[in-house]
Amino acid sequence: MQTGAPFSFERFTFPDLKTLLAKASPLRSGDLLAGLAASSDEERVAARFALADVPLKQLLSEALVPYEDDDVTRMIIDDHDADAFAPVSSMTVGDFRNWLLTDDATPEALKHLAPGLTPEMVAAVSKLMRNQDLIAVAKKCHVVTAFRNTIGLPGHLSVRLQPNHPTDDPAGVAASILDGLMHGSGDAVIGINPATDSPEAMIELLKLIDEVRERIDIPTQSCVLAHVTTAIDVMARNAPVDLVFQSIAGTQKANESFGITQAMLAEAEDAAKGLKRGTVGHNVMYFETGQGAALSADAHEGIDQQTVEARAYAVARKYSPLLVNTVVGFIGPEYLFDGKQITRAGLEDHFCGKLLGVPMGCDVCYTNHAEADQDDMDNLLTLLGVAGCNFVIGVPGADDIMLNYQSTSFHDAMYLRSVLGLQPAPEFAAWLRKMEILDQNGRTRPQLDGQAAQNLLAWSGAA
Amino acid sequence: MSNLTNKKIPSGLDPWNTLRAHTDARIGLGRVGDGLPTERLLEFQMAHARARDSVHMAFEPNSVRDQLDGLDHTILDVHSAAPDRPTYLQRPDLGRLLDEDSVAALGKHAGDFDVAFILADGLSARATHDHAANTLKLILDHLGESWSVAPITLATQSRVGLGDEIGAALGAKLTVMLIGERPGLSSADSLGCYLTWGPRRGRSNADRNCVSNIRPAGLTPKKAAKKIAYLMVESRKMGLSGVALKDNSSNPELIEG
Repeated sequence: MQTGAPFSFERFTFPDLKTLLAKASPLRSGDLLAGLAASSDEERVAARFALADVPLKQLLSEALVPYEDDDVTRMIIDDHDADAFAPVSSMTVGDFRNWLLTDDATPEALKHLAPGLTPEMVAAVSKLMRNQDLIAVAKKCHVVTAFRNTIGLPGHLSVRLQPNHPTDDPAGVAASILDGLMHGSGDAVIGINPATDSPEAMIELLKLIDEVRERIDIPTQSCVLAHVTTAIDVMARNAPVDLVFQSIAGTQKANESFGITQAMLAEAEDAAKGLKRGTVGHNVMYFETGQGAALSADAHEGIDQQTVEARAYAVARKYSPLLVNTVVGFIGPEYLFDGKQITRAGLEDHFCGKLLGVPMGCDVCYTNHAEADQDDMDNLLTLLGVAGCNFVIGVPGADDIMLNYQSTSFHDAMYLRSVLGLQPAPEFAAWLRKMEILDQNGRTRPQLDGQAAQNLLAWSGAA
Repeated sequence: MSNLTNKKIPSGLDPWNTLRAHTDARIGLGRVGDGLPTERLLEFQMAHARARDSVHMAFEPNSVRDQLDGLDHTILDVHSAAPDRPTYLQRPDLGRLLDEDSVAALGKHAGDFDVAFILADGLSARATHDHAANTLKLILDHLGESWSVAPITLATQSRVGLGDEIGAALGAKLTVMLIGERPGLSSADSLGCYLTWGPRRGRSNADRNCVSNIRPAGLTPKKAAKKIAYLMVESRKMGLSGVALKDNSSNPELIEG
């Protein structure tokens, strides 16, 4: 499917689409590590000029990894909706950016367009966009999903409550769940990364969350983030599985390194839907991704870090997930070096996911060997709030004592809801009011000595 | 949660404080509006500062050398192909290769050894400064006379894979690398140990055994040394390391055996 014609701008030439996309990408350490980055700032902008003239159709017809070699490519091409694509099918990448920013690109138009877009198209246009463009367009993309509550409505922000514990100690996990609920977190999901990926450990944690959810009637969903095969196993044993989790990436080879196939994901989605545990909706999958994942598995197929990340969203999209988030700074400085690179990547990932119709959230995070700190996280968190991000992560004090990295805290989510006037998922907000956690103005101001709070405390004592 | 702005609960009698006993997670921090109370904010900043300082602290091989004074072993300094910390952090591939001088230096000491010990900075020079020499001495105490030990190397700007190059250059059957781990917010001085049978370029993590979280507040150097010595004995017996080598060191019968 290669046309063979090189791309050029002034004295610069780019032999193929893969190279052009890589060279046009904003600077990041992962592309330098892979030897794919532009060799100068001038070459980078020249690549963007050349990319702006590429027809969107060419991004559909020239596969970055051959169709016969890669099941992600096959999924992208086989599932492409030509009718949905029609309104923009004659545009170049540069035209597409212009159009996305106009008032013609309404939320309704973007929603209908999504199935006609491919990861390569959205990645390409993102490379021509400034941060404010990424924010402005993403804000127009409303992707709403539901299980026991409704996530992604404009003007709302949900939070995954992440109560991890280094040994999965039930009392320790319960204490963190309680702390999060009292801070208004947990409407996206109460989601635990287990220290041990075993069916027994998964069942125990699922039962723990399910008990508190039922006892105090919380309109939210639970997830234990074990491997998809573990989830399939415990569903067969009638464990209370709400959402099935899996890490995914943008090439077949990278997904194989995670030990997954498309058939496994389809089987898991069917099984979870069959349990009929959702009340207001039936989105049952939860996926995590992150720039650098494919390269770190040596499975990036020569594609730049940002484009191959966008391909993971095509995988996600197929299984109608409730939640998808990029774990944007987790992987380390060899992929995203500093706060600037992490910020850019977070905005790109959110934009690309939303444009493809994926319910995008973000784990705004960093490790201690990256050039980043809480101020950088505050900045990205605020920008994503402005961009209409579906959900963020809430970890006690932003310090994940199991995974050893810093994410955002329950307090951070409260800050973001306050400064931007964002509300929790409607069903969850009603519950928070009933529990005297939200005050009459919709702020999180829990009554610690109220009867509702005492009931919660009593539960945790029993856990 | 005595600061949780509910004036009706007297400080010290806040029932939510009891939750903190169940986890090291930062729960019950209190609030000022939506934000963190000043003391909690600064506690976090201090923890992060310590972790960052550990990552960026320059490795001082001589301070480790001094701590090894009295051991009857040659000690060599080696350096990876990553010339400085910024390069090291962005180019893990260079941290796995030796620089030219180190290749030459190791070549002069090549032989046929049972084991090569490598003390390496990794992502926390502080962990290596504080715990590596002590842990090594404790391991040596567990080993009998039957082990021929290669010169001990002190490796700067090193990744785990650098041990494969060093072990191969020295002609060692097994490498035991003590290396600073990526610091967590509450564990800036954590040391890791990697055992690799048949070290050579291209070994993967599945070929290694890892003993993690070695620090006084985690797995103590004394307990770690016992575990590592056990794994060394088993590795030599079985002629392998990695997923096929299980750590049964907590089984007393096996240790005696």
